[in-house]
Amino acid sequence: MELQNLKHFIKLWALLAALLVSAGGQAALTIEITQGVQGALPIAVAPFKWEGKTAEPPVKIGGVIAADLHRSGRFTPLPVADMLSRPNESSRINFGDWRILGQEHLVVGTLRELGAGYEVRFKLYDVFRATQLTGYSIRTSGKRLRLTAHQISDIIYETILGEPGAFATRIAYVTEIRDSAGVRNYSLQVADSDGFNAKPILNSRHPLMSPSWSPDGARLAYVSFETGRPAIYIQEVVSGKRVLISHYPGLNSAPAWSPDGERLALVLSKGGNPDIYILDLDSRKLKRITRSFAIDTEPVWSPDGSAIVFTSDRGGRPQLYRISIRDGKVQRLTFEGRYNARASWSPDGKYIAMVNGDRGKYRIAVLELASGAMRVLTDTELDESPSFAPNGSMIIYATEIGQKGVLSAVSVDGRVHQRLMLQEGAAREPAWSPYMQ
Amino acid sequence: MKALSKLLVTVVPLALVFGCATTDKTAGGDEDMAGAGAETEIVTPPPSVTEDTMGAEAIAAPGQDGGFMGDPLDDPDSLLSKRVIYFDFDRSEIKDEFRDIIEAHGQYLAENPGVRVVLEGHTDERGTREYNMGLGERRAKSVRRYMSVQGASFSQMDVVSYGEERPIAMGHDEDAWAENRRVEIVYPGR
Repeated sequence: MELQNLKHFIKLWALLAALLVSAGGQAALTIEITQGVQGALPIAVAPFKWEGKTAEPPVKIGGVIAADLHRSGRFTPLPVADMLSRPNESSRINFGDWRILGQEHLVVGTLRELGAGYEVRFKLYDVFRATQLTGYSIRTSGKRLRLTAHQISDIIYETILGEPGAFATRIAYVTEIRDSAGVRNYSLQVADSDGFNAKPILNSRHPLMSPSWSPDGARLAYVSFETGRPAIYIQEVVSGKRVLISHYPGLNSAPAWSPDGERLALVLSKGGNPDIYILDLDSRKLKRITRSFAIDTEPVWSPDGSAIVFTSDRGGRPQLYRISIRDGKVQRLTFEGRYNARASWSPDGKYIAMVNGDRGKYRIAVLELASGAMRVLTDTELDESPSFAPNGSMIIYATEIGQKGVLSAVSVDGRVHQRLMLQEGAAREPAWSPYMQ
Repeated sequence: MKALSKLLVTVVPLALVFGCATTDKTAGGDEDMAGAGAETEIVTPPPSVTEDTMGAEAIAAPGQDGGFMGDPLDDPDSLLSKRVIYFDFDRSEIKDEFRDIIEAHGQYLAENPGVRVVLEGHTDERGTREYNMGLGERRAKSVRRYMSVQGASFSQMDVVSYGEERPIAMGHDEDAWAENRRVEIVYPGR
């Protein structure tokens, strides 16, 4: 298990090496927990000890980890000021100190200068059993320090809760800022899952829409109006290299990557009205999937690639439908509320998150496919664009707070709420990345 | 001066036709678009020609004796000066009060087969963005169908949906929403 994790991380390094190009980028987003879980687990993350001849790097590993765990809503980190001692990775731990403080788990670590880079060592202890649960030594660089901290958060989260974390992931979203002349400036941004290292990958004077991650997390498909009409592009996140994918007359919209990364579901209206198509990215062969006089849009793939859920108003009002790729059989999924649209399929395939419109309020709801039970998770009025975290724990979405577009996240059980505030302008259409491969 | 503006009127639609021809060629998406990608800078792509001209306001010039001398499109008293059609929430049917405006434009297009128009469909912010793209298109096509009945040719009428991406009113109330649920009749270059 640990070995597997280690291998996973080594692979991660190779591919993410170029990803975090600029270190120390200021946070464009700040995240605030607006509602946490009763009985979140107490955990102490001692400040990591610095061992080096030069100045300590500005990224505080322990602080990033504590903030990650806190943000998940599943942990309550102990404030550093309340700690009776500050042990590091090589210290002998006095577990009594931590039991007195009611801590169940303790994280200690050391950040060591190593040539041009760093080595991070950490240990996770079970305070009551006085045993070490896990420990790693990770080589990293100044640019990757935050990512390393997020990976440690993932290890801690999974070790304690038995399910994978999603801290070392990213979010893509669209911002709109009006300049002093009233001109709208759109930007497609990619940030770490904690809102740091936000960087534009595309700036435009024309609307940008519907970012969708490739399953390997290396590319984004999106809709841009830069030609005066909606067109679909695919862009590599690291290199910025991009390709125009679809520019038929009418709508070219709502791209969604298949789980195998080989096909793109999209919406075209060249046949008269919006229908779902599947484009084979290699052969460029296009296959029409739906054929109705209604608006069929917002396709999402099932995790196993066998079906697509989409929005259609074929029944008079927008509702979600499921179509089998194999035989084209269509089945209506949603019945509660006048408006159910913009599905996001949970990574385990069990839930569909959506925008649920009822009595003029648009909220995020989740449908449990096995039971058909529908549950509204939010209490805001203009919610849009739900997107599951790759571990299925949280759903990020866009909403309107104080006349401003903001990003928020809610846990699938509705108990944890987070808000991600943008410093300037409005943010919308968040898409949570898959695990980086 | 007048000759020059006449010239512009004829040149701009030609440029538009030209532009469409090139996009049509690449529309199949069956060839690698790296060339087109390079043309559009990843950071801050320049606004397209169509966009700039579409944004231009129509300038009205009244005639000397109250009667209007120029192109009827420039007559502020003509129904042709009205270029926005409004819709009910989540609907795309033409409301009675807008029929005469659409009829006037449809007839003008029928009488001037060289003139082209862009019908821009918009929605309010409620509901999902991609569904609203579909709804905006449905509204624009609803206007197009009505104009075609007046004799305008489909080849004269382009449809573009902006969904909820380009609101006129920025508020989050019924007044703002009503203003944003619209189709704009845009004569490129006017």
